[in-house]
Amino acid sequence: MAAPQSILRNVIWLDQPMDLLIDQGTIMGLVPVDQGREITPLERDMDGQGAWLLPSLIDAHVHLREPGQEYKETIATGLQAALGGGFGQVMCMANTDPVNDHAQVTEYILETAMKTHPMGPRVRPVGALTKGLAGKELAPMAELARAGCVAFSNDGVPVGDNDLFRRSMEYAADLGLKVIDHCEDPTLSGHGVMNEGVLSGQLGLKGSPWVAETLHVARDIMLAEYLNIPVHLAHISCKESVEQILVAKEKGLPVTAETCAHYLVWDETMVQGYNFLAKVHPPLRTREDVMALRRAVKEGVIDILVTDHAPHADFEKETTMDEAPNGISGLDTALSLYASLVRDKVLTREDIVTRCALRPAEIFNLEVNRFAPGNRADFVLFDPDHAWIVEPSTMLSKGKNTPCMGTTLLGKVIAHYLKGQLAYTL
Amino acid sequence: MQWNHKDLLDIDQLNREEIGYVFQVADRFVEVNKRPVKKVPVLKGKSVVLFFAEPSTRTKTSFDIAGKRLSADTFSLTKTGSSLQKGETLKDTALTLQAMSPDAIVLRHWSSGAASFLAQRLECSIINAGDGRHAHPSQALLDGFTLRQVWGDDFGGKTVLILGDIAHSRVARSDIRLLTMLGAKVRLCAPRTLLPSGVRTWPVTVGHDLAKACRGVDAIICLRLQLERQKAGLLPDLREYAKTYGLNDSHLEKAAPDVRIMHPGPINRGIEISSALADAPGSLVLDQVTSGVAVRMALLYLYLTRTISV
Repeated sequence: MAAPQSILRNVIWLDQPMDLLIDQGTIMGLVPVDQGREITPLERDMDGQGAWLLPSLIDAHVHLREPGQEYKETIATGLQAALGGGFGQVMCMANTDPVNDHAQVTEYILETAMKTHPMGPRVRPVGALTKGLAGKELAPMAELARAGCVAFSNDGVPVGDNDLFRRSMEYAADLGLKVIDHCEDPTLSGHGVMNEGVLSGQLGLKGSPWVAETLHVARDIMLAEYLNIPVHLAHISCKESVEQILVAKEKGLPVTAETCAHYLVWDETMVQGYNFLAKVHPPLRTREDVMALRRAVKEGVIDILVTDHAPHADFEKETTMDEAPNGISGLDTALSLYASLVRDKVLTREDIVTRCALRPAEIFNLEVNRFAPGNRADFVLFDPDHAWIVEPSTMLSKGKNTPCMGTTLLGKVIAHYLKGQLAYTL
Repeated sequence: MQWNHKDLLDIDQLNREEIGYVFQVADRFVEVNKRPVKKVPVLKGKSVVLFFAEPSTRTKTSFDIAGKRLSADTFSLTKTGSSLQKGETLKDTALTLQAMSPDAIVLRHWSSGAASFLAQRLECSIINAGDGRHAHPSQALLDGFTLRQVWGDDFGGKTVLILGDIAHSRVARSDIRLLTMLGAKVRLCAPRTLLPSGVRTWPVTVGHDLAKACRGVDAIICLRLQLERQKAGLLPDLREYAKTYGLNDSHLEKAAPDVRIMHPGPINRGIEISSALADAPGSLVLDQVTSGVAVRMALLYLYLTRTISV
């Protein structure tokens, strides 16, 4: 082995203390700690001080709001939040204004990202499934793929037309890309602002029932089986959807699924007191759903974890539950929430690596650092004991809309390296 | 009793003793309302904003009269007459109002939780005059007060049927909280499409057969049916609803002999209730309106003098 350019000593990889050897932005090796290792005068020697070593994470579901709603978030601020949150690649959904349903929008997103963050994180645009997200005609998916889109989705505006959805899966498959479905039957969910159940009845709020989600999960699974074409199910929120996905996986069907940090941590009781910060789409469900989702993540029934980062301006969110927009700003806090699940022995560090980096890379055919020699040295150092208060000044996203606001979280990214270069430090 | 509450958002903020106290204070104002000159100076110099972002006749007028009879200055604001219609947020409208230093805002709003939203942000008292489908505490208090005038303080052993669109009714939710707290049994009767999620966990019995639901009840509270429920797919048509869930003489034969009929108004005559029953001797519909003024006088008095021992 040639002498490395840098040595990052004493980091925790999974459960082992390791030294990371890097040369010119490339992994040379991840080896057991050796205090006696000789350092040449040319080598840069750094102490990781026992921080968790993670590959730079992939968030397969974010909303960056630009173009069109820059007052909520810009590509620059969203990527800065991704950097500070530990994400080296983010897949941004198409519901911008204009919608990302033609190549110019895709190119604008990629060029803006390159201008503001030339070192990364990298944006991976998700093209619209239908023109204008209207659910009437297919978007020009080949053009979008050529421009740089890595998947297609009508996220935020579910496709009710079953035949059109089938055709979108077929067309995307020809391009070698996946459809990400926002699973919701809008005729059943109506204008629900929280989970339909006992609490919505007490609070007098319109509820959105789990069956609105699960009906479309079942539809998509059946289409995947009938067509033998993969489909990826977005932001799964309830036990019954997990049950459908489990059956599909047991049958060997090409179905993958994601859930979000907020569905693993909070339940519908967060809405008590008409807490608009906990209004999210699909809604936070019951404790039983939370527990089912945790098991599903652990067992791989849910393949990946995403944030569904949905920033909004304060003045939009700070109103009644009926009028507040849906969404939680997640990039800044997701890894701290995952770490809380590790602390509570719900997940392991390996689960985080798998669900937030390796599996998303497999599903969407993205590059990822597996710490194998020759891999890009994109990695994160995470201090699990670093306490921080979530407040507007400590969040890098423009969107301060999170139920965490004002609380103290444990765990923070202390450094984020891209191509072996320090791109972010706390 | 020292009144320590800043806001009235729903009945469950009050305990039974406090509800009894509201009734006692309202008793005094019933007497005031019978005088030739129905005005007392107890709230002279106090300002009450009547902020009705949703249409209302009786509740708004009732609070307005209540305030004026206590010598408070009342100011009226509606959605059409406010910046809400120009797109101003509820928060900004409220902060603007606060800057004018009112002592209380009586709020009617189409969104559940709107009163709670203002109460968390404003220093003055917020009196919830109906928020979405959540709560209408002053209506519940006046309903309880009206029944108390008939039954006295003992609600134990009494059964009240609430009939109609429970799912969308803030009146029903607050009435259930109040009546069960006072010791009455509550029954609900409605088609399943007009019942809220989780109603089986509420401290009530639920049925869909009006004739059965009326058996032995001491009072029936009919709820207003919003006519657009048919268009929303919750009902086949109004005629069928009236025939299945409209209250008429035949139902009363199954109820207690001196059953009382109530309705928060405005009534769709011939749909929720037959026209004759609305005007029958057992009807308390107009008594509710009369009680409403006294109860709202009591509420304004208690909330606007809350730092003063009474």
